[in-house]
Amino acid sequence: MAESARHQVGSKPLIKWTLIGLALSVTLVLLVIPLVLIFSQAFSAGWGTLMANLGDEYTLHAIGLTLFVALVTVPLNLVFGTALAWAVTRFQFPGRKLLITLIDIPFAISPVVAGLLYLLLYGRNGWVGSWLGQYDLQLMFAWPGIVMVTVFVTSPFVARELIPLMQQQGSQEEEAGVVLGASGWRVFRHITLPNIKWALIYGVVLTNARAVGEFGAVSVVSGNIRGETNTLPLHVELLYQDYNIVGAFASASLLAAIAILTLAVKGFVEWHQARERDLQPEHRTEK
Amino acid sequence: MSIQIDQVNKFYGQFQALHDVSLTIPEGQITALLGPSGSGKTTLLRIIAGLESAERGRILFGGEDISQLHVRDRNVGFVFQHYALFRHLTVAQNIAFGLESLPKKQRPPKPEIRATVARLLEMIQLPHLANRYPAQLSGGQKQRVALARALATKPRILLLDEPFGALDARVRKDLRRWLRNLHDEFHFTSVFVTHDQEEALELSDQVVVVSHGRVEQVNAPTELYARPESRFVFDFLGQVNEFSGQLKEGRLVQGDAWVRLPESPSGSEAQLYLRPHEVRLTSEPSEQAHFPFCIEAVSLIGSEVRVELKAQGWQSEDVWEVGISHAEFNRRQPRRGDRCYAVPDIAHLFAEGQDQPRTISWGDSA
Repeated sequence: MAESARHQVGSKPLIKWTLIGLALSVTLVLLVIPLVLIFSQAFSAGWGTLMANLGDEYTLHAIGLTLFVALVTVPLNLVFGTALAWAVTRFQFPGRKLLITLIDIPFAISPVVAGLLYLLLYGRNGWVGSWLGQYDLQLMFAWPGIVMVTVFVTSPFVARELIPLMQQQGSQEEEAGVVLGASGWRVFRHITLPNIKWALIYGVVLTNARAVGEFGAVSVVSGNIRGETNTLPLHVELLYQDYNIVGAFASASLLAAIAILTLAVKGFVEWHQARERDLQPEHRTEK
Repeated sequence: MSIQIDQVNKFYGQFQALHDVSLTIPEGQITALLGPSGSGKTTLLRIIAGLESAERGRILFGGEDISQLHVRDRNVGFVFQHYALFRHLTVAQNIAFGLESLPKKQRPPKPEIRATVARLLEMIQLPHLANRYPAQLSGGQKQRVALARALATKPRILLLDEPFGALDARVRKDLRRWLRNLHDEFHFTSVFVTHDQEEALELSDQVVVVSHGRVEQVNAPTELYARPESRFVFDFLGQVNEFSGQLKEGRLVQGDAWVRLPESPSGSEAQLYLRPHEVRLTSEPSEQAHFPFCIEAVSLIGSEVRVELKAQGWQSEDVWEVGISHAEFNRRQPRRGDRCYAVPDIAHLFAEGQDQPRTISWGDSA
């Protein structure tokens, strides 16, 4: 045993410990220390100041707006992502491959560019925006614009989680359901949905995290009006520019807490998915 | 309920999967769709079920055209190749699914559904597994649950896609027998797809051989085996020995080997197909045939002894296989390296340019 262990790839102690040490120190310097710093800064002036900062009128409004945007974005992308994944995995049509590639556009494009494009299109002088302006509808520099870019930026998450899973599962169970006389809704509700449940939850968690934290695209279309179109990430920047360091870190700690919560939920869902995969028929030996 | 398939054509883009397939599947019988992979047999089964639509042609159930009827309304039972059990439902819930999917007016009350499920579980001999999930079952158990699920709504037609493909040999044999009994009891019309000729011959009342999207031959199993109508069917129905030669003075000759033909076919070349059990082994050549061989291998497999032969003084693409009884094996004691001669009793002659064979019998003249 010892003999064979010595010959394993990358098992030389020097290499092993150098790599582990490198990974650990990078994680510490780039991830852990900043995270700890956020909370220590937020709490630096005491619990009371932190609460006072979070209870600030503008901060409360920013929290409210951020939650509102997430609340609108998540269901929209849940439906959109499921429909998209269904379309590309269950139907054959020309342009299907192209559509799968297009799903990734929001990932590939810089959010600032996305924001600018929306401004160009839906702004007061934009093509659609000027037409809507006639009816006194303003999308940009108002909450609808923030929701629109957030939906754009977070649109791939759900679909990206579902497509590989639905491809792997195939449509046989659904076919079996239809042959047994089940309606389309019954097939979706009792066969498809339970099979994709965990991937769906995972997609929602990621969508939510990004919707809450999005800065670039939102900052372009929001106009940064305090108490009106200021989301939490934008608020952090505003406070920082006002030299209200403790206030900025208080708000930032809130975002960081959401991130940590997201990671916890993500870990739980992944654990569940892995367990579910182990229970799949393909992994068991036939008797 | 009989099934009629009337001039069905199916295309996948440029590829034509089915060419003008017409077929009658008699009521209350088991029909096998037999063919190699890619022959279109599964496509045909899915078209009967309504899971695929044909570009041209009609499907009739009991004389009624149901081509335009949705799968949901055809009331067929379908058993998928990989079972397709609902992985998030228990065995009992899987079986109940069809009944619970019925429209409210036709749906039996809950206690009745429960009773039906219990009866079906009894039938598949798995009542103790009612609350298990599919992942906790073995292959054979899953297959039986899939069958019970398909039969729950009392379909008039049962369609099975490679029903025993993923099971090991013993389980397969048990299940085959079980399905046969089940069928004899309930008398639904069954169609199953297989690439295993043994399975097709054993389980069915009628075999449909499919190749390249066309029906090659339709026959009862015994008929099919006795009289294959084409080279394809011959090759597909198991081991066959081939001899190609020139026709000379009433004999088919190649190198040192020859065989006397009772009546001479037209053309200058011909091919002879001989099955392992239609050939005898002798130590001396006879006056009707001269096939010199050297024994390559002798294997005792079950009820027969298989002898593999290498051609001596002539060419054969494959080694020949001859089956002899254990009694003959004990008497003659053939050994690897021995020289011997093959003497045909029955053979199937393909004359030049013909796809239909003529069966030749030498009777007991030798």
